[in-house]
Amino acid sequence: MMDYETLRLIWWVLVGVLLIGFAVTDGFDLGVGALLTLVGRTDNERRVMINTIGPHWDGNQVWFITAGGAIFAAWPLIYATAFSGFYLALMLTLAALWMRPLGFDFRSKIEDPRWRSGWDWALFAGGLVPALIFGVAFGNLLQGVPFEFDAYLKATYTGSFFGLLNPFAILAGLVSVSMLLMHGAVWLQLKTTDMVYQRSVQVATILGVVTAALFGLAGLWVHVGLDGYIITSAIDPSAPSNPLLKTVEVAPNGLMTNYSIYPWMMIAPVLGIGAALATALLSLRNASGWAFLTSSLSIAGIILTAGFSMFPFLMPSTTQLNASLTIWDATSSQLTLNVMFWVAMVFVPIILAYTSWSFYVMRGRLKAADIESNSSHALY
Amino acid sequence: MNETVVELSRFQFAFTAMYHFIFVPLTLGLTFMLAIMESVYVMTGKTIYKEMTKFWGKLFGINFAIGVATGITMEFQFGMNWSYYSHYVGDVFGAPLAIEGLMAFFLESTFVGLFFFGWDRMSKVKHLMVTWLVAFGSNFSALWILIANGWMQNPLGAEFNPDTMRMEMASFAELIFNPVAQVKFVHTVSAGYVTGAMFVLAISSYYLLKNKNVAFARRSFAIAACFGLASSLSVIVLGDESGYEMGDVQQVKLAAVEAEWETHEPPAAFTIIGFPNEETQTTDFALKIPYLMGIIATRSFDEPVTGLKDLKAQNRDKIIRGAEAYLLLKKRQDVGLNEQESLLFDQIKGSLGYGLLLEPFAQNMAAPTEAELDAAADYSLPNIAPMFWSFRIMVASGFLMLIIFAYAFLLSTRHQIDKPKWFLKVALYSLPLPWIACEAGWFVAEYGRQPWAIAEVLPIHTAASNLAVSDLVISLVAVGVFYTVMFIIAFGLMVKFAKKGPQHSGDTSRERPTVADTSVTTEGAKA
Repeated sequence: MMDYETLRLIWWVLVGVLLIGFAVTDGFDLGVGALLTLVGRTDNERRVMINTIGPHWDGNQVWFITAGGAIFAAWPLIYATAFSGFYLALMLTLAALWMRPLGFDFRSKIEDPRWRSGWDWALFAGGLVPALIFGVAFGNLLQGVPFEFDAYLKATYTGSFFGLLNPFAILAGLVSVSMLLMHGAVWLQLKTTDMVYQRSVQVATILGVVTAALFGLAGLWVHVGLDGYIITSAIDPSAPSNPLLKTVEVAPNGLMTNYSIYPWMMIAPVLGIGAALATALLSLRNASGWAFLTSSLSIAGIILTAGFSMFPFLMPSTTQLNASLTIWDATSSQLTLNVMFWVAMVFVPIILAYTSWSFYVMRGRLKAADIESNSSHALY
Repeated sequence: MNETVVELSRFQFAFTAMYHFIFVPLTLGLTFMLAIMESVYVMTGKTIYKEMTKFWGKLFGINFAIGVATGITMEFQFGMNWSYYSHYVGDVFGAPLAIEGLMAFFLESTFVGLFFFGWDRMSKVKHLMVTWLVAFGSNFSALWILIANGWMQNPLGAEFNPDTMRMEMASFAELIFNPVAQVKFVHTVSAGYVTGAMFVLAISSYYLLKNKNVAFARRSFAIAACFGLASSLSVIVLGDESGYEMGDVQQVKLAAVEAEWETHEPPAAFTIIGFPNEETQTTDFALKIPYLMGIIATRSFDEPVTGLKDLKAQNRDKIIRGAEAYLLLKKRQDVGLNEQESLLFDQIKGSLGYGLLLEPFAQNMAAPTEAELDAAADYSLPNIAPMFWSFRIMVASGFLMLIIFAYAFLLSTRHQIDKPKWFLKVALYSLPLPWIACEAGWFVAEYGRQPWAIAEVLPIHTAASNLAVSDLVISLVAVGVFYTVMFIIAFGLMVKFAKKGPQHSGDTSRERPTVADTSVTTEGAKA
């Protein structure tokens, strides 16, 4: 069995991989959903948009489900504390996500324009709301949230739903929305023609710049105005997972500390901004494939920035500092991490292989004519 | 812990889980039937089987969409509503859930997209492979979720760690080879196959009654009859195996479904029907078959089946030991334990769950009164009547379906499918039976686990999240409204498309395989 410290680091990486996998794959589905009414003006254009993601959205969404399951298995305290703490926000996200499977599958089954436009708005909400809330959640994690543990590690969250909507968290939410909508627009460039294509190019160009600007602004805010946290007791990376065994203090400017200790980490924010700007440029040049690559890289950079800035913290507590959850004390046991590591090593490559195959099978651009000729609704 | 929060959380979980399981069994069954139909198409080349796959596939799609939507809730609800549960057993319970995602959900969900969108984009054989992979994916998913659920019923391969205040995995092999999980898995997937078969049988009967899509409906009817007969036989045999497993490790549940108040001389009799009376602790008007219970539960004539009164007395002893473990744990937290106390704690920490069970009843855990111990012991068993009745509803539905499939099979072999109109009507109106059986069965499994979230480890009132009542009210209203609307919409679409039927000519002529058929034909056109 691998040693505990290594396993804990590996799982921090693996959860990061799952979250980035989710944002890069399901991210464009959410983006397409949120752009449905803006980019698609006619019913047929909207059907084209939905059909570009039709074969893939379900598989993509599994990144989200699996990230949830992996957090349960690898970081049970995070799963328990964050999901019960953010209860109403998560409920709202779930309600938005319920709209998507139904919207994709049901929308085109009935001709009635009211039926279709109803589902269009449901799909719009199903894309926009999760994108916004995921960003808001990260904005709150970066600042720390109010929760406490008793001696039996029972968690009590003392914040409120509206407490989550603080200015920095809303900015983080906007970064997330802008980034995922950019990604959705880039996907549409890659998969469509004609008007949908042209509008997607415009949207991606604008949102590439907006994403870079908002993300830069958030970075500036972190640099000037946000405190971080620091573990002041000795860290034993192989100690049992009990967050109450350490001491934590507030560290002014603490979210920047890691970048001076490990300067290579700067690659993440640089990638976040640089790749977003490149996406704007490449979209203008009609280089859809490359734009999809840079858009994905920008997403990875932005998520990694959040992870690097907080490391080793995962969920700091503002009201009981010592209760803050870190990668050293919020994990599963060594055995569980070890078993799950090998499970992931076997299945993730297989998943990547058949997912790639499914994209390969469905390759190529979708034209309005393809939809029109398909009156039997084998397609959505 | 606020009592109302626990009750509302239980209600919300029960509602979302039972609702989700309206769609799951149909997915389990239909994916296999689609794979069978498409296999016949590929082997014989008859296009009618392709049309069958596509038509039943469309109905499957409506069902699948709402199954996926309600499944998302399930993945996150443990953390949302059962936060202490998630911390306390996440080390063990989280693993099968994550494996379910990696091994099953990805497979099922990636290939279901290709099933619907890939008809013109790959060869017949490749598409058939895709369909089979969807079926395997959904069945793997049942395997892992039942390993997780089986562990809640029979928590093997785990141990309490006082340093981390939770159960931790001691053996992965014991977790996955849990006998309760194994019998539950085969019983549940067979129930899913029965559901798929009844769905196809009933709708095909409808077409035959209306005299439309006859060639299509006859074939579907015959496949459903074969598949349904095999599945309903296996669901009953495997359910009997569940009974044996229950007799072994879930004695309370077994005694509850049987309303077995006393421990009788072996071999125990099986009560077919009667009226369990909680007050007198007897079953009124009981109709019994001698020996049968002993055979089901112990596979013997000489082992007793323990009755509820004795089980309650046993639990009372466990509660006393549990209180001791609870106090030692508290002392460990407050001042630490000496070596002797540590050894003692290791010996009795398996009873800690019973200490947690007593906690809300006892004023002083160091000296619980007799009345408090009695109250906790009473609380340690589920209510008997709901268990007794839901079990009988499940079994009766199961046997009814067996008879229906057996007769349908007989008609199919004699090529008399559309002769007896009365039987087609029976088959049509039997459509709700598999769902009644499935929901009643899950009720027995989960309500029979009460008051435990994890059997004998974590009581339900300790497991819940520390939420405000208002949070629960908001989420319950949201779930109630959205789920109701979703159900009406999905049900409406299902009826609409089932009534509409497949749009084909009834042509059964043999399709001539061509070169183009066996290769990807549309690359150029779609590029």
